[in-house]
Amino acid sequence: MNATRPESRPTPPLAPRPHVADRPVADRTAAADAPAPPKISVRGLDFHYGKQQALFDNNLDIAANRVTAVIGPSGCGKSTHLRVYNRIYQLYRDQRARGEVLLDGENLLSPATDLIELRRKVGMIFQKPTPFPMSIHDNVAYGLKLHYRLGKAELAEAVEKALRGAALWDEVKDALDRPGTALSGGQQQRLCIARAIAVRPEVLLMDEPTSAIDPVATAKIEDLVEELKKDFTIVIVTHNMQQAARVSDYTAFFFEGRIVEFGVTRQIFTKPVHRQTEDYITGRFG
Amino acid sequence: MTDRRATRAAPDRRHPRPWGDPLFRSLAAAAAGFFLLLTGAILLELTRGSSLSLAKFGPSFLWSTAWNPVTGDFGALSSIAGTLISTAIAMALAVPLSLVIALFLVELAPPAVSKPVGAAIELLAAVPSIIYGMWGLFVFAPLMSDHVQPFLSDHLGFLPLFQGPPMGIGMLTAGIILALMILPFITSVMRDVLRMVPPVVKEAGYGMGSTVWEVARQVTVRYGARGMAGACLLGLGRAVGETMAVTFVIGNNHRVGASLFDAGNTIASALANEFAEAADPLYLSALVELGLVLFLITFAIQGLTHAWIRRLERSAGRGL
Amino acid sequence: MRRRHARGRKAVDLAVRAAASLAALLGIGVLVLILAEVARRGAPALDLAFFTSLPGPPGTEGGGLANAILGTLALTAAATAVGVPLGMLAGVYLSEFGRDTRLGAAVRYCVNVLMGLPSILVGLFVWTVLVVPFRSFSGHAGAAALALIMLPVVARTTEDMLALVPHALREGALAVGAPRWRATLIAFKAARGGLITGVLLAVARVSGETAPLLFTALNSPFWPRSMSEPVANLTVTVFQYAMSPYADWQAKAWGASLLIMAAVLTTSLLARTFARERTR
Repeated sequence: MNATRPESRPTPPLAPRPHVADRPVADRTAAADAPAPPKISVRGLDFHYGKQQALFDNNLDIAANRVTAVIGPSGCGKSTHLRVYNRIYQLYRDQRARGEVLLDGENLLSPATDLIELRRKVGMIFQKPTPFPMSIHDNVAYGLKLHYRLGKAELAEAVEKALRGAALWDEVKDALDRPGTALSGGQQQRLCIARAIAVRPEVLLMDEPTSAIDPVATAKIEDLVEELKKDFTIVIVTHNMQQAARVSDYTAFFFEGRIVEFGVTRQIFTKPVHRQTEDYITGRFG
Repeated sequence: MTDRRATRAAPDRRHPRPWGDPLFRSLAAAAAGFFLLLTGAILLELTRGSSLSLAKFGPSFLWSTAWNPVTGDFGALSSIAGTLISTAIAMALAVPLSLVIALFLVELAPPAVSKPVGAAIELLAAVPSIIYGMWGLFVFAPLMSDHVQPFLSDHLGFLPLFQGPPMGIGMLTAGIILALMILPFITSVMRDVLRMVPPVVKEAGYGMGSTVWEVARQVTVRYGARGMAGACLLGLGRAVGETMAVTFVIGNNHRVGASLFDAGNTIASALANEFAEAADPLYLSALVELGLVLFLITFAIQGLTHAWIRRLERSAGRGL
Repeated sequence: MRRRHARGRKAVDLAVRAAASLAALLGIGVLVLILAEVARRGAPALDLAFFTSLPGPPGTEGGGLANAILGTLALTAAATAVGVPLGMLAGVYLSEFGRDTRLGAAVRYCVNVLMGLPSILVGLFVWTVLVVPFRSFSGHAGAAALALIMLPVVARTTEDMLALVPHALREGALAVGAPRWRATLIAFKAARGGLITGVLLAVARVSGETAPLLFTALNSPFWPRSMSEPVANLTVTVFQYAMSPYADWQAKAWGASLLIMAAVLTTSLLARTFARERTR
């Protein structure tokens, strides 16, 4: 998915293509300005907890195959916003969303949306690792069995593929029958990622995925996110600004339920437009 | 410290009593110690009261089906069997239904329904067993003999379990009444267990695109499986000692019948029914020995429950 | 990978949810039906005479169960007077002094055993200790049996409620030089809502017990005059009347059942609303 700027000359066939990881952070933003249609388009999103409004007129575009970070002080609505994308808020009767959230052009807030298919397409990783009370294999196979009709061999293959994709295969390949809860925190979270990517989603929502994980495991997961964005669109809520700067292509800054600023990550963190953004980034509050 | 304060010129100070706290502690410890005494005393008295019977029959008391106050021959088998069978029927009926009701209250019902119904279940658990006994004898037993038992013997009468005259009272009726009796209690405990499943885990299930039933079955119930088993053990302990619900409808017969329509007895019902008439010391001693057996059964179930709950608490501490 | 149709899964989900809801409502419905039937059959028997007269000779119409009502009240009150203070003291020990001691662990174990003990065995025990030696069934024995049933429940509730009170409260009292027992009293005050609830629930439970009274207070057709002889009470009366061949007595048994049920449910309801109000 390397984009070319419209005015550039075609490069000579033998010129080496710069590898993403080789480029310094500053240049990564160049390739990030892909002119493809946004994967998710939010228009005029309002959200209420009972009588209390939590999100006010959110407008946002999530670029396909990129990592978009959502930052802001606690209580600003970032998790609330994220949870609209897979309509998980609907489990709770007094929570309501209004507006448009277009996934590939279709409004996922419409009552006609098939929630089961939506949640297959849009996977979610939670703040606290949530392995199911079953074996590692069964955890990964959980979604596969729900959404796909697979033979034994196919299933084993898909489970391995997902565990490899979550950088967990080598650590657990000899212990697939052990309970998912027997793993360490970082491993459990990667298990949840494997579980999510097994069903071939298009979007991965990550709600502060490393806040309950130790730093070494956090680094592993951040590397993983970098890999995963090749195949998935990723939206990551984080209260750790360094993480946002390390990992994301775009960043949205939330404050009190509104999106104050949105843009390319490098620009947000070096030359923010709004005073509030700057205050948050420099640690003056939150 | 108290001496220093006493010497300061303070108006109208009360003199602290140095013996206040030690007395307090001793009284409290004595009250606590009373429990130890009581438990020991119960075991002791039950054993002493059974001494005549223990001496005469020895261990054969446990497997003898005799029960003849006239000749003075007594055996506990019919009572023990009756206790076990009626309890088994009750658990077989109550546990699945409790699970369904608990799931209904926690996962399916809207709060407008689950709050009052949940409260109603808790109140129902407080209804005394004699109420169930009354209803069982006057309302349910006729229902059994007029409709249910004929139905069963027409369709399943080839099984020895459902043969014999449809009297209404008997083992099956007692088992069903007992099931109704322990249903609210087990439901309450199961409901509490299911409510403790962290919402995040359920959200993870729904987030994968599962239906309500799929999350309930594969995530919620599995997560709470050990707690549910604990609930069953608690219910079992209750059912074994239930007296009045069973006494009214079991028929007080010391045979071990092959059919569920037969009358029988449980240890508790035998005690309740026969104690008033027993005058002969051996008869009384046999009844007390039945009580001792029930005490040991209850004690064993409690030990199991206790060990199970300890295992649960230890594994819960390990994360998830 | 071949996709699965969600239609089948959704159909199963709907079917199971419908069946579960039905089964649940049926189960609950049966229980409610039982209570309704008791009310229906018992209400006609509850006339003025029921509450004011003594029972007549067997087989005759009329009369009432005033003595049994009084007797139940007396027995319950006596049991509460003994069981609650003793149980609370033990609960205080467990919560304040016995958290890590061996005595505390042993007592907690005994409380568990006693809580799970069938009430008929409690009655049997009291019979061997208070009836046989005195060669007489008595109200004392009946009250003792009921008290023994209340004891572990009250002890456990007291321990649990006191344990909920934060240490800071007690430490605040101790820090100004109050003796231990005063600090405990303050904790008591803080926990009083839960404690009252626990006591009310224990009282409700005990007032509906039949089996232990069969061996102790038995029953009596007279006014309760002395606690040293059998005392009339509602629950044993229900048992005896229900098993009798007299239609009038059976009707009275229903009336008494309704009374017992109403009393237990009202007390329990009171206890729970009390608890809810306190936590607000």
